[in-house]
Amino acid sequence: MRTVSGYSESATTRAQSPGAPGLLCARELTVCYASRGEPSSPALLGIDFDIAPGEIVGVLGESGSGKSTLALSILGLLPESADIAGSLVFEGKDLLRFDESAWRGIRGARIAMVFQEPGLSLSPVMRVGSQIAEVLRAHRQEGSNHRKLQVEAVLAEVGLTQVDRIYKAYSHQLSGGELQRVALSQALACRPDLIVADEPTRSLDGTRQKEMLDLLRETNRKFGCALIFITHNPGLLAGFADRVIVMYAGRIVEEGPVSRVFRRPLHPYTKGLLQLMPTSLQYAGRTRGQHLPVLPGTLTDDDHLSPGCSFASRCSARTQVCQTEFPAEVAPEKGRRVSCFNYEN
Amino acid sequence: MNYLERRVIHGVLLLAGVSVLCFAFGVMAPGDFFDEMKLNPQISPATVAALRSQYGIDQPLPLRYGRWVESVLRGEWGYSFAYNCPVRSLLMVRAGNTLLLTTLATLLAWLIALPLGVWTANRRGRWDDRLGLAGTTLLLSVPELVIALVLLYLAVRTHALPAGGMVSVGFGGLGKQAQLIDLASHLVIPAATLVLASLPLLVRHIRASVLEVLQAPFVQAARAHGIGGARLLFRYVLPAAANPLSSLLGLSIGGLLSGSLLVEVITGWPGMGPLLLEASLARDVHVVIGAVMASTFFMIAGSMVADVLLVVLDPRVRLGST
Repeated sequence: MRTVSGYSESATTRAQSPGAPGLLCARELTVCYASRGEPSSPALLGIDFDIAPGEIVGVLGESGSGKSTLALSILGLLPESADIAGSLVFEGKDLLRFDESAWRGIRGARIAMVFQEPGLSLSPVMRVGSQIAEVLRAHRQEGSNHRKLQVEAVLAEVGLTQVDRIYKAYSHQLSGGELQRVALSQALACRPDLIVADEPTRSLDGTRQKEMLDLLRETNRKFGCALIFITHNPGLLAGFADRVIVMYAGRIVEEGPVSRVFRRPLHPYTKGLLQLMPTSLQYAGRTRGQHLPVLPGTLTDDDHLSPGCSFASRCSARTQVCQTEFPAEVAPEKGRRVSCFNYEN
Repeated sequence: MNYLERRVIHGVLLLAGVSVLCFAFGVMAPGDFFDEMKLNPQISPATVAALRSQYGIDQPLPLRYGRWVESVLRGEWGYSFAYNCPVRSLLMVRAGNTLLLTTLATLLAWLIALPLGVWTANRRGRWDDRLGLAGTTLLLSVPELVIALVLLYLAVRTHALPAGGMVSVGFGGLGKQAQLIDLASHLVIPAATLVLASLPLLVRHIRASVLEVLQAPFVQAARAHGIGGARLLFRYVLPAAANPLSSLLGLSIGGLLSGSLLVEVITGWPGMGPLLLEASLARDVHVVIGAVMASTFFMIAGSMVADVLLVVLDPRVRLGST
């Protein structure tokens, strides 16, 4: 009860969310997974954010922070056991009021998704080319010959050169990098306004990761589609995303332009995450036997339900008030917000 | 040597092995066809001994097996002591009757189970899924013997259907159409019993396979691309579920000759069941071996059909997964 009243107070007092109003606006977005009738801990707790057309927003958080739930709720793919509240306005229409057939018109056409494991997100018994064609078929009335040309064009757009081989291949015949590009081409096929990418580079090695990020950036520039890039690795966002949203225990704890947030993080959690970022410089002077830095503690269900700040149990800068009250959101400078009592320290 | 050739050779070897075992156990079991005659005071022991040597029962086991193999190669499949004819002609008629019954029942069971399984998987946890689960649980716990007896009881009480046999008396005198109707009416009870008995397992397997695919990441990905409804079901879910289901179909085919033995005996269907039962009781060894070999053959053929289906349906099997 306390957290809810504490939260709504913050919602009214905080500054306007950065980013021009436009494409997607979430207000008080709350998702609970009910199990056997009993509501469990909320996966998202009163999230507010805006996505402007054409921008790249990184969503940063560890597992359990609610970032995947966020992705699924933007596409209306939450399981039936999930309760969703608040509003999620896409181009002036509240998606949460959509029924299944209205959702089907949005998914893939206006909002597309790129999944974590491209190998698993493609049917194993269907040719890759037909699977891209299926996306087009779901949204456009065209002849199959025309559709095939379009598929070949979109495969070329994501940098695949052997279009013919890829078109006829099954997913198990392609490499990880090729699969990821195919997955992206499915998302791009209908020229969506927003692409949600959930850890799309997780299964790729370093070089391929870089290629993928370049490709995402390029498609973002070329087609002007906004991108929500979900990751646990802040290193991927530097020099890639325009803005970053840091999530912890189902809440947004910090938000701002990537360059400013990374140069001077305000929330202790963001600070911790950025310190963990392995950079070659950090390791240069390291001798064997020294441990990699870790963020002490883990995110538990108790943290979700705690009346105070959910990060308090792991925070080195916590004070008395952190245990009992959730910190209201403040805007320390233009375009930034943070939920912490002690962000100035 | 390719995959299919390997499978065929494997199957032939398996058949040979089964024949040896079957022959050995059949012959080594105490007693033989002519033991009953010894109890008859009017038949002298000398006559029985003469009969036994005439049919070669007094020969040692390897020799008898050799003679049986020889007769198999001649296409006779041994000799029935009780019917006084080669086993083959006997088996052909009975196997035909059994296949008529089981093919029809298996086809019907699949035609009912497939939509039912897919439907309940799609409605997981809702009232109709629970009803389906309760229904299959109930059917699963009732032995086919009881199902057959209940149906027979109803048939006898209502006189709506003939209770037993394959055709009515005077079948030969009927016209073509009347013959067909007569045969169909006799088929109803044994076929219904088989369908009801095999339905719950089929429905549950199909439901489980479809459910597994429904939860696969690629189905969610397809939904995320705006593909849904019938297109999602027929283009994504069912082709992926066909893999485990083709193995199940192989099992169904494998049971075509052996799955209905009990039901045939109870409902009086003149198929392999009654024949095998009589032959076992009378120690008509070659008939028993012939029947067992025939059902083994179907088992092997069923699994081969399943393998071929897998190759056709699943590119991962066809093209080799990396």
